[in-house]
Amino acid sequence: MSAAHAFLQRLGERADDEPTWVAARRQAGAARFEALGFPTKRDEAWKYTDVRRIAEGEFTLADDAELDEARFAALGMPLDAHRLVFVDGVFSAALSDLTDLPEGVSVEPLTTAMRTNHEAIGGAIGRLAGVDFSPFTALNVALSEEGAVVRIGQGVVVEKPIYVVFASRANESARMSHPRVLVMAGARSQSTVVEHYAGEAGAANFTNVVSEVMLERGAIVDHYKLQEASSEDLHVASIHVEQGRDSRFTSFNLNLGGALVRTDLVTDLNAQGAETNYNGLFFVQGRQHVDNHTLVNHNAPNTFSNENYKGILNDRARGVFNGKVIVKRDSQQIEAYQNNANLLLSDRAEIDTKPELEIYADDVKCSHGATTGQLDEEAVFALRTRGIDEQMARGLLTLAFAGEVMDQVRLPIIAERVERAVAGKLPERFNLADLVEVSDALEEA
Amino acid sequence: MLEVKDLHVTVDGSEILKGLNLTVNPGEVHALMGPNGAGKSTLSAVIAGKDGYEVTSGEVLFEGKNLLEMEIEERALAGILLGFQYPVEIPGVKNIYLLKAALNAQRVARGEEEIPAPEFMKLVREQLSFMKMDGSFLQRAVNEGFSGGEKKRNEILQMLVLQPKLAMLDEIDSGLDIDAMKVVAEGINSLRNADRAILMVTHYQRLLEHIVPDRVHVLVDGRIAKSGGKELAHELEARGYEWVLEESAA
Repeated sequence: MSAAHAFLQRLGERADDEPTWVAARRQAGAARFEALGFPTKRDEAWKYTDVRRIAEGEFTLADDAELDEARFAALGMPLDAHRLVFVDGVFSAALSDLTDLPEGVSVEPLTTAMRTNHEAIGGAIGRLAGVDFSPFTALNVALSEEGAVVRIGQGVVVEKPIYVVFASRANESARMSHPRVLVMAGARSQSTVVEHYAGEAGAANFTNVVSEVMLERGAIVDHYKLQEASSEDLHVASIHVEQGRDSRFTSFNLNLGGALVRTDLVTDLNAQGAETNYNGLFFVQGRQHVDNHTLVNHNAPNTFSNENYKGILNDRARGVFNGKVIVKRDSQQIEAYQNNANLLLSDRAEIDTKPELEIYADDVKCSHGATTGQLDEEAVFALRTRGIDEQMARGLLTLAFAGEVMDQVRLPIIAERVERAVAGKLPERFNLADLVEVSDALEEA
Repeated sequence: MLEVKDLHVTVDGSEILKGLNLTVNPGEVHALMGPNGAGKSTLSAVIAGKDGYEVTSGEVLFEGKNLLEMEIEERALAGILLGFQYPVEIPGVKNIYLLKAALNAQRVARGEEEIPAPEFMKLVREQLSFMKMDGSFLQRAVNEGFSGGEKKRNEILQMLVLQPKLAMLDEIDSGLDIDAMKVVAEGINSLRNADRAILMVTHYQRLLEHIVPDRVHVLVDGRIAKSGGKELAHELEARGYEWVLEESAA
């Protein structure tokens, strides 16, 4: 029995009372996944990322969302937000808080949205990420049950962030979940959506999420993906964005946890004036493996993209960055900038970085660059001549390296959380957690 | 305070310092002058502990302790501060982080409590205004995008906050216009007191009009060829270095 087939066995365990159109979608996903199978290193897009740990794993679907307040509090952020919580993929009404949603905004679990608003949702879901994007999206379509559906009406400005938490428990046996996230941002609306993947220590589950974000004319969406799973968790995500005229999408892909993490981020800039910004930061250590594949399709003239990904790798961690920009024929007056910088804190850490530009128009401004290096020894020396010990100096410079991306983060609670995580995850000898506190205190003063 | 005894230093296999002797006492301001390539910057680099300088013989004592065996940061904590000729840009590290981390490192080394934030801010703001620097400097990354003059002012600001026992200034006057020079010189003069020593490395007499030294040394080919009072600087300005070279060759 193939690994793909074994995963699909789980299909039979699931509810028979689903609407026929849902069942049909599942069958299509299953058929596609079975035909594709798990990717191998022979597939160009998976050249550096070995998914055998997923393919050979045994995962079951969770049936409950039990997680008491205290355990949840240890995972989630105290963010003043509209909150939707999933525990190993299962919706938790008890932990969610959707009490004061503004008019024109709906935030629902997928199953509810499917029941109450079949027409709007059924047509949208899977439109950007169907079964063909990758074997994992096909698998998601076959096995997905739950997820978050966010709809924002025309012209609505949502003040509070919409906070979607995916909690991964330390279960006795490994679970898997295949959530969906669907964000439909109406014309001229403004919103912030946070996807937070948080795991308990010792959790060893597999999450395979597919997100779709649709921005109508003039919509503005800030999208955060904060990944803080345990060091045993397996995580595959793809985020698909479609942008209408004069819309602006800003992505923050902040990756701290997980044993094996793969994120695909794809944006289609379909009408003029559309702008997309990709900000990425990953910090990996031990034997963590993180792979970011990004793609921007400039499908229309006068579109703009700006990408800055930074990676910090310690111990024997491994990173992959593949950033692709495609400018279609006749997409003139394009600006596309891309940068990837990596910092290796250990001789045994490794990064494979590959920027790709495919330009089929002539009136474009494009640039890309990738750098990988160690800390600037001149700067280490300069700090030490001020009495700052070597470990602290290196820690300070590492934090500074991350700072360029973190300075863009518009939710202070996330910026602070990631700074602390980076400081705290630096080898203990760097002893930087104190310094972050000092600087916070100073800024308040 | 500082005793340099028969110091020989090689860089990339060639000998730069060839038996340098220098004693600096508390309360004194010394100027180290000399033609290009004489070894002026090498001396400050060796005292600060920069990599790539091999001490083949001789010793450097600071308050009687062997400086050459100390880590770079230990030298700073002992009270030696180097003002760089080319201050390094450190993107992402705010000036305020650097000042606070450095000051607290010193306090902790002396067995004192870390400085409370309000007291720290008061101290830093005073010194900033003394150096005619804007408050926004604190939130800017260390030296990033600073003009030459701003970088030098920033070096002096660090000295004013950290109050070293021995301040070494490597070509602090290079790249300064007249106004910036005055501000920098005022900063340095304010550091002068009976317990502190200042060692300035400079090419030009110009700086010494603003900061009058007690002793002037001429460094030629890796050793001190002539020492004197402040009038020696004037003589060098008028006559150049040639005569010292001839004298020392004779």
